Amino acid sequence: MSTTISDKESREKAARHVEAERPALEFGAAWDYAPAPESKDHVRLEERYGLFIGGRFVPPRSRKHFATINPATEEKLADVAEAGAADVDAAVRSAEEAHRKRWSRLSPAERGKYIYRIARLLQEKSREFAVLESLNGGKPIKESRDVDIPLAVAHFFYHAGWADKLAYAFPRHGVSSIGVCGQIIPWNFPLLMAAWKLAPALACGNTVVLKPAETTPLTALHLARICQEADLPPGVVNVLPGAGETGAHVVNHPRVRKIAFTGSTDVGKLIQRALAGTGKRLTLELGGKAANIVFEDAALDQAVEGIVNGIYFNQGHVCCAGSRLLVQESVAETIIGKLADRIATLRLGDPLDKNTDVGAINSKAQLAKIRELVACGVEEGAALHQASCRLPEKGFWFPPTFFTGVAQSHRIAREEIFGPVLAVMTFRTPEEAIEKANNTPYGLSAGVWTDKGSKIFQVTSKMRAGVVWANTFNKFDPTSPFGGYKESGFGREGGVHGLRAYVELS
Amino acid sequence: MAFVTDLDIRKTYKLYVGGEFIRTESGRYDPVRSAKKELLANVSRGSRKDLREAIRKARAAQPGWAGKSAYLKGQILYRMAEMLEGRADSFAKLLRDARGLSPASAGREVRAAIDRLVHYAGWSDKYGALLGTVNPVASSYFDFSVPEPTGVVGIVAPERPDLLGLVSHLCPVVVSGNTAVVIVSEEHPLASLELAEVLATSDLPGGVANLISGRKEELVPHLSRHMDVNAIADAGGDAALSKAIAEDAAVNVKRVKRYAIGDYFSEKAQGLDFIETFTETKTTWHPIGV
Repeated sequence: MSTTISDKESREKAARHVEAERPALEFGAAWDYAPAPESKDHVRLEERYGLFIGGRFVPPRSRKHFATINPATEEKLADVAEAGAADVDAAVRSAEEAHRKRWSRLSPAERGKYIYRIARLLQEKSREFAVLESLNGGKPIKESRDVDIPLAVAHFFYHAGWADKLAYAFPRHGVSSIGVCGQIIPWNFPLLMAAWKLAPALACGNTVVLKPAETTPLTALHLARICQEADLPPGVVNVLPGAGETGAHVVNHPRVRKIAFTGSTDVGKLIQRALAGTGKRLTLELGGKAANIVFEDAALDQAVEGIVNGIYFNQGHVCCAGSRLLVQESVAETIIGKLADRIATLRLGDPLDKNTDVGAINSKAQLAKIRELVACGVEEGAALHQASCRLPEKGFWFPPTFFTGVAQSHRIAREEIFGPVLAVMTFRTPEEAIEKANNTPYGLSAGVWTDKGSKIFQVTSKMRAGVVWANTFNKFDPTSPFGGYKESGFGREGGVHGLRAYVELS
Repeated sequence: MAFVTDLDIRKTYKLYVGGEFIRTESGRYDPVRSAKKELLANVSRGSRKDLREAIRKARAAQPGWAGKSAYLKGQILYRMAEMLEGRADSFAKLLRDARGLSPASAGREVRAAIDRLVHYAGWSDKYGALLGTVNPVASSYFDFSVPEPTGVVGIVAPERPDLLGLVSHLCPVVVSGNTAVVIVSEEHPLASLELAEVLATSDLPGGVANLISGRKEELVPHLSRHMDVNAIADAGGDAALSKAIAEDAAVNVKRVKRYAIGDYFSEKAQGLDFIETFTETKTTWHPIGV
């Protein structure tokens, strides 16, 4: 026993020695890339967008519009209609009629073909959508180009194929559609979340009233254009931009039969409460505070890449972000050193630049929330580590950040920050790691890094989380069910499990 | 001098919490009367504290129970059927006395409860294969989904049929590794509390199934508002109470399943869907490569 301890001590000592010897990384001019901006000329923006109801863009009965901006420059991109109660009512009625008269009567194979059309059109227009997504949301073009848009396409393509195979997914049951689905989506993956919601709903024969997030309505509105181009029967998809009030109208509309919500746990709880006793169906995909656990026997360089991807992907605006790093004590110093070096090389700036790693924070309000929590981390005594990159003068920006010396009781270890901020904690034994990882009301995702297979199975099976990445992080696929345990919500999206939320079984 | 006396020994009906038979900490009781309004017994009128203690025991027992092999869980459920079979006559008598059932009806309910136990015993090592998937993702990863227990599940048991209803909701919850806190039939609690003796002698670890008798109106809100209960099976059959449960459940995003089962004897009152409702799908990814 004592040998083990002294072994460990000597390992730590050696690690400290290496750290002390480790010279600061000096790249000189090697990392100065010339700007490589994706051109915007392929995107045609309207000055003013209406609501998409009954297959047409119509002016809002609310008579209200709001400006949607580019968070990287704070410049206005367009005016967008805001749906009020009367607009929601019109959209729901249109969706109900479309369900009754067209969509639910269509042969399932034909329904599938419409969804295939949407997938193909989106694929054809992927560059337009990638640029638009980065313009409106602030995410790096390499992410919108390589992750958001291809995955959105894949979701439509995957679910199109389910339309005529639902009986195979639910053997021993009669399967029918539910009716009008109200779907409320967040601003972090605007088009992808629209695809996650629309594709299974349509494949199962439902019609939809979709409310995109207040700050990122544009790709959903351009998706509505694709619905027109695909000759989707009018009313099958309706898109109503707006803020929380619009969402509340959708949730409370008596003719909506199902609500699917992705967003904060606080709002999710309000919706769950509001729907009590109404008989409406509900699925919730809410917040997270995922633990990313690195064991001493992990491939450390790969783990560092996984940590970076886990928390700095999409500026940390990811519900399943690996926002709590749990690193085994023996390798903590090494990992922290490598992490500090790595974030120094992350390129923050113009989201449309193809070299950009970290884009703009989605909104002023979100930036304020990140700043507040980071200030709280400092105040509570954690040590702040921040990349010293230059922040553009205009727009909303926050540098890649991590905290060491974090206690489990710190707000930065408990609350979802939804920004590029990582809380680093340490552990000694696998049991301690599991205990700390599960010490949260959330349960959306988790990460485990070790080269030992038996340890992977042991630890992943103990994580109280809906998605567990072993030796990887932030991977998504339409065939793979996604969703939370505990206060991260209920229901799954993707895979055969995701269909359950959109069918009525008898 | 008679060596054999006639006076019968009456049973004290207690709560079943953490594998122990306990009196309510509140010291309160409710009289339970027969269909003919005769006093059958005084049962514990469980309190909020009893409920909290039961939830604590259920939480403590959950990981260990979930960690037992599916084979063992199946054997334990089958053992419960054996124990109930051995006491079928006394359960039938309880049902006759409490609900005024005919001997045939009472016997039929006990038989159905035994059959239900056997049905779910057989599910323990099969539901995972039917609910799990290997997902053909487009990138170079091995990706699979398995059902896991939701955690601690509160059950509001139906008033009638008290025995079959309890068994029908308890089995699908515990067979997948959840632990349960049950508020038993308020009007007819005796067979449910007697079932605790079956549970206690079936190698079911203490804390896996906890049975509380008392007044639903008083107890249910504490169950649905408790932060360490993950889900509720609401078979109480009271619309107002159901709405309150659904509202209160939002406090920690509890999963709520409301049951309105017309015929507990039907084949539709059992099966995979009842198990699936109280499982969570976990998806695990791992890279494929060298």
